[in-house]
Amino acid sequence: MKDISEIRADFPILSRKVYDKPLIYLDNGATTQKPLCVLDAVRDVYIRYNGNIHRGVHAMSDMTSEAYENAREIVRSFINASQREEIIFTSGTTGSINSIAFSFGERYVKEGDEILVSNLEHHANIVPWQMMCERKRAKLKVIPVNDNGEIIFDEYLKLLSPRTKIVAVTQVSNALGTIVPVNDIIKAAHSRNIPVLVDGAQGIQHGTTDVALMDCDFYAFSGHKIYGPTGIGVLYGKEKWLRELPPWQGGGDMVDKVTFEKTTYNELPFKFEAGTMNYAGAIGLGKALDYVSGIGREEIALRERQLLEYANNRLSGIKGLKIFGNSPDKIATISFLLDGIHQYDTGMILDKLGIAVRTGTHCAQPVMERFGIEGTVRVSMCFYNTFDEIDALGTGIEKVIQMFS
Amino acid sequence: MTVNEVQDSIIEEFSVSDDWMDKYNLLIDMGKDLPAIDPKYKMKDFLIEGCQSKVWLHPEYNGERIKFTADSDAIITKGIVGLLVKVLSDRTPEEIIGADLYFIDRIGLRQNLSPTRSNGLLAMIRQMKLYAMAYKAGAR
Repeated sequence: MKDISEIRADFPILSRKVYDKPLIYLDNGATTQKPLCVLDAVRDVYIRYNGNIHRGVHAMSDMTSEAYENAREIVRSFINASQREEIIFTSGTTGSINSIAFSFGERYVKEGDEILVSNLEHHANIVPWQMMCERKRAKLKVIPVNDNGEIIFDEYLKLLSPRTKIVAVTQVSNALGTIVPVNDIIKAAHSRNIPVLVDGAQGIQHGTTDVALMDCDFYAFSGHKIYGPTGIGVLYGKEKWLRELPPWQGGGDMVDKVTFEKTTYNELPFKFEAGTMNYAGAIGLGKALDYVSGIGREEIALRERQLLEYANNRLSGIKGLKIFGNSPDKIATISFLLDGIHQYDTGMILDKLGIAVRTGTHCAQPVMERFGIEGTVRVSMCFYNTFDEIDALGTGIEKVIQMFS
Repeated sequence: MTVNEVQDSIIEEFSVSDDWMDKYNLLIDMGKDLPAIDPKYKMKDFLIEGCQSKVWLHPEYNGERIKFTADSDAIITKGIVGLLVKVLSDRTPEEIIGADLYFIDRIGLRQNLSPTRSNGLLAMIRQMKLYAMAYKAGAR
């Protein structure tokens, strides 16, 4: 693995200052910074070979189409899907889940059916299902979590019923960092012939994700959380589902033959890619995944475990600091509160010290409600963060305590 | 003191130091000076939407002037609303409606004290002006 200074040099923004202090970026759960190679790849599209994909006879269109399809192949290989037809480009995790919730609902869900989500979900894996349930008069059921922020597996098993149409769970909790045992969840659902969607927004970037091994039916993730551009994401779906599901959008490129009487749809994956796609974003995402593979996913996971351990030690030594989410299986994310100090005050002062963290409910209000709190301060680290930055965070937190007590 | 005289004195107070930490400490002190809101008004009706922390603002009109009391669960926010109360409380509705709050930019409140959260700040100002307009219309 490259050493840390080489890695940091790949990300131009990491050397900037904010309020005259070195930027310490610990909000990677919200979005990650981009290595120069990703920015170059996107720029390259527009500077060298931009043309609309799958449409033209000319060289530019061909080159762009090829780069776009190459990005699809990179994604396929990265998550170990069996075929490229199973990789659909979307606008992001939210776009992916909304699309599936719509199409799946149209095709399979009837009044009185049940959809199962967990108490850990991000709003993006709650609201689309809720909207579908309202449309179909189905019921949304929730898998509870324990005080450590882990799914209670026995309760999950009890919630699986003959009326359960799909289980939609996150791979990793965005608010607490808990790694969810999705493999076991999928096995249990499959033994009852229930498909499972996995929200990979916080999982894909922190280790190796293998959809074949996991055996999930759908998997969604965002480009911008894995060092790629914004506005691009992926929906993986097993071919048998994608063949059966109706498209969620109509438009150009997704059709086979159009007449005013009847339209037939294009083959997979194009059936689900209506209109001009964010091909520059897809190409950038392909480059980002290549970059991550180049660093090494096991190496990234190892380094992030070291960061988590170091941060846990540093922060748990601070009096009055309470960590929410204490599962032994976590990504390098720590959600905490300081005794008697509002998360917003903590975040504001840390910001002034050049330390970027997230404060609030993290788009996961039900998780906050579960713990009876109105929000936390969330520190989300990734492989380009350093032990020195964690030390600076610790000192910053101590400064906050001193100011407000 | 007029609205502008109060604003000018705040600007002067905040210009004593260039260090942001000093400004924050000043703001924290402002929060402490804020007249306490009656706990019975810390309810949904007096909650201002659009802030990351909770802000309650209560107006009291004696037929001539509006007195504001406020509170927040976050100390910095309490300081910010405290500044607004200092400038706009105990004023006639006309004064409040017509107030040009230039001190916010002059002390860097908008850019530096509440990055990206200035919509919360604007929500507070809007609410104070709305109360003033409502009382003015009611008085007529």
